[in-house]
Amino acid sequence: MSLYQLQKLLYQLNRDPHTRTRFEADRGALLSDYELSEEEEAAIRADDVGLLYVLGVNGQILMHYAAMCGYEWHEYLQAMRDGLERHGPVRRGLYATVWE
Amino acid sequence: MSLVFAGVCSHGPGITGRSEQADPAVRDAFYENFHRMRDAIEATRPDALVVVAAEHFANFFMNNMPSLAIGMAEHYEGPIEDEAWLGIERRRIPGNAALSKRLIERIMRTSDVAYAEEWLFDHGIMVPLHFLTPRYDLPIVPVNINCQGPPLIPLDRTWEFGCALREAIDNVPERIALVGTGGLSHWPATPDSGVINEAWDREFLERWCLGDREALCAFTDEETYREAGQGGFEIRTHVAVAGACAGSKGRVWFYAPIPIFAVGCTIATMEVSEAGLAGNDPSGDER
Ligand SMILES: [Fe+2]
Repeated sequence: MSLYQLQKLLYQLNRDPHTRTRFEADRGALLSDYELSEEEEAAIRADDVGLLYVLGVNGQILMHYAAMCGYEWHEYLQAMRDGLERHGPVRRGLYATVWE
Repeated sequence: MSLVFAGVCSHGPGITGRSEQADPAVRDAFYENFHRMRDAIEATRPDALVVVAAEHFANFFMNNMPSLAIGMAEHYEGPIEDEAWLGIERRRIPGNAALSKRLIERIMRTSDVAYAEEWLFDHGIMVPLHFLTPRYDLPIVPVNINCQGPPLIPLDRTWEFGCALREAIDNVPERIALVGTGGLSHWPATPDSGVINEAWDREFLERWCLGDREALCAFTDEETYREAGQGGFEIRTHVAVAGACAGSKGRVWFYAPIPIFAVGCTIATMEVSEAGLAGNDPSGDER
């Protein structure tokens, strides 16, 4: 349900230097601006790109966050694969879409 | 004046960002065709380049997502991505607000469109510009079709938007080049990055070259997602260009899957009927 909020946080981090500064200075304070589930908040606190993917974050948002966290391209792809292994299939968002 | 050039190209960030990891032979043939397209555009002496793009949450997000948007600024900036990651330096890109305004007003007669006086270009526009206007001296009119955050505009309405865009272009005095950029099949930024459905891509390009509205608009999003990944939703940019060139035929100058670029790399042009400029190069076929 809060996937929208989670993606909004990452979208703003990707595009707004001010949000990035706040993120670096006090991650907790920035996160309190968004209605995140405990699991989402933990994933952000741990830079857990694999879990963020499973939670439904769109790759077009996630890949920039991963780059910001220092993941090289192939490490980024591997992190998502590890996430699937550890947490099971993508739960929400575009990649979990079941077409009627 | 009118439309003087029309084409489509790929824009994956790997094209510039992961260049050194690609097979040099295929990569260089692809770049060469990008340069051919640059030469073809320059030969038509355009006053502006309209880029129909499929941006990736650089400006537009699910808080307020326009299906269709056009930039209306004197200048833009990009890339929004890390410069080293994308392999393109951040810079200012010229626009033409007055031209944008005239195009938007005309389009609004038949199609709804949002406008934006601020726009940060992401790889979806910067990668094509890197090759097509390397001196960044041609004013750009950015156009966006939401291809990322469903619900997405249906393909037939995308075609209609292309028709409205063409009508607007033909009603301004400037010489306008048009490039659509997106797709084709790909699973960008996911664990399946690098998977490319070449058969699907070639089928799409065949329909695109025929300018066959019905066949182009027959792809359902369900089928596209299954066969061509979420990146396949970006065919909307190609469909819009086909709509803008209704009645014309296209030519594929280059197509090759390049997995590290995460996409079937494509350079194709549409005939522009007026002066017979872009697509009438007899040597234009894929080579
Ligand atoms: Fe794209």
